[in-house]
Amino acid sequence: MKLDLLSSLYVFMLAAFIGFEVIRRVSPLLHTPLMSLTNALDAIAVVGAIILAGEHKSNLAAILGTIAIVAATSNVVGGFIITDRMLRMFKSSGPKKP
Amino acid sequence: MNNFAGADTLIEICYFIATALFILSLKWLSSPATARRGVLAGEVGMALAIGGTLLHHGIVDYKWLAIALVLGTIIGIPLGNVQMTAVPQRTALSHAFGALCVTLVGTAEFYLRAPDISPFMMTVLSMEVILGSLTFTGSLMAAGKLQEILPQRPITYKGQNFVNLGLLGSAVVVAGILVAHPEQMRLFPALIIVPLIFGVMLIIPIGGADMPTVISLLNSYAGLSAAAMGFVLNSKLLIIAGALDGSSGFILSVIMSKAMNRSFTNVLFGGFGQIQAAATGAKEARPVKSATPEEAASILSAANKVVIVPGYGMAVAQAQHKVRELYDALTKRGVEVTFGIHPVAGRMPGHMNVLLAEADIPYDKLLEMDNINGDLPQTDVALVIGANDVTNPAARTDASSPIYGMPILDVDKARTVMVIKRSMAAGFAGIDNPLYYLDHTLMLFGDAKNFVGNIVRELSGGDGHG
Repeated sequence: MKLDLLSSLYVFMLAAFIGFEVIRRVSPLLHTPLMSLTNALDAIAVVGAIILAGEHKSNLAAILGTIAIVAATSNVVGGFIITDRMLRMFKSSGPKKP
Repeated sequence: MNNFAGADTLIEICYFIATALFILSLKWLSSPATARRGVLAGEVGMALAIGGTLLHHGIVDYKWLAIALVLGTIIGIPLGNVQMTAVPQRTALSHAFGALCVTLVGTAEFYLRAPDISPFMMTVLSMEVILGSLTFTGSLMAAGKLQEILPQRPITYKGQNFVNLGLLGSAVVVAGILVAHPEQMRLFPALIIVPLIFGVMLIIPIGGADMPTVISLLNSYAGLSAAAMGFVLNSKLLIIAGALDGSSGFILSVIMSKAMNRSFTNVLFGGFGQIQAAATGAKEARPVKSATPEEAASILSAANKVVIVPGYGMAVAQAQHKVRELYDALTKRGVEVTFGIHPVAGRMPGHMNVLLAEADIPYDKLLEMDNINGDLPQTDVALVIGANDVTNPAARTDASSPIYGMPILDVDKARTVMVIKRSMAAGFAGIDNPLYYLDHTLMLFGDAKNFVGNIVRELSGGDGHG
């Protein structure tokens, strides 16, 4: 158990560093899509909610878990849709457009 | 199907691949050329993770899962299809949803486990619930202000910081007691309610111009609360996704606060909105020069190099499509047109870029502040559309100005400056802008959309170079 927590801390630290290095390179042009994409990815919290609601260990847990799934799923779906919509709009001036 | 051997291994493999795909997703987002591939990677990773989770052996009740997943999808589709001008409030709303999910899961986990909770577990659980609840109400408040359901003006009162710190402090104290005595279960609701109030109080003093920083900060909080949830559930996938989101929000907050010349502690402790109080007085009527659309059109068509500086006013007036027509009309006449984008122009990071991209303006014409400032002294016309503070030369020259030291777009160095503005009323921050009184500045009074439309009409009317 203690070992689990420690390795989790290491994972967190490494992921934070990777996040810094990767995201630092994102062009300011794409900061809005970046935020909506990380928001969609962050909604991976839905997996915790699914287990909570599905295991049905108590009624409270099942109810809260179910609401949590709704909230997170709407982020997953909405986040990916809008990120893709935004990115489709970004065009280079390379070929001449009407 | 949830009982076959090896399901656990399969789930772990799904999570492992999903994690890698999430990191790749953000990596590919770094340039517009590969960005859509990044979204695809994120989607595949998400599908794998959710699909894998559904195999979990402990799941006994699929009916409600299905209902919840479908309901979430039904809500998510319209949220993904909002107008581009509504993106800031949509983003704030999605931070609220993410935080809601985290808070609810944290609450359920507490009541499932209490009173048998180790101090470390209780610490991360408290962090999860505190960050989650304050992000939930804070983001709802931000969304309300952006949607203009709530008054956009900052509301400040005496002792505001004291009240806020007191609220946050008492939440931390309650958390401390619960860490030492997890059997004191009746204290737990305070761990939710106090931060919920704190979230509201935190956003009350925030004005519109501070929104880019605030949204980034709430983004960071949402990510950190998800990472804390990962610790509680011992899910590496969640820890990593939360850490990525947290660091993304953190980086954006730092960029935004630098662009507004705020110190980092100022951001961390939510010390926004103080600027507004100062500098509303001393507004004697100084003479300004104004021009008509015809005059503006002839000056623009005589130029070789034009830099357009958009701000929130362009978004409010929905003028981006007219700006595109202006861009076309000038480009056709051989005028070189680029856009100068300040990091905090608009209401969220990258807001202007998205609106201009929506209007089909090529992204290689959208230049960052640092790249355009060197060009401005050789620019014939700088056309400011609905931007104010980010062009205020007082930030460079007047040490008594509340925005002194803030990096700005040096539009005053262009040969001619034209500013489209509704009236001479001071901007959102209530700070007078000396730019408007310069000898080579022309004020174009009117609604941004109409005015740009009129300039375009003039340009397409007379054809010869001016």
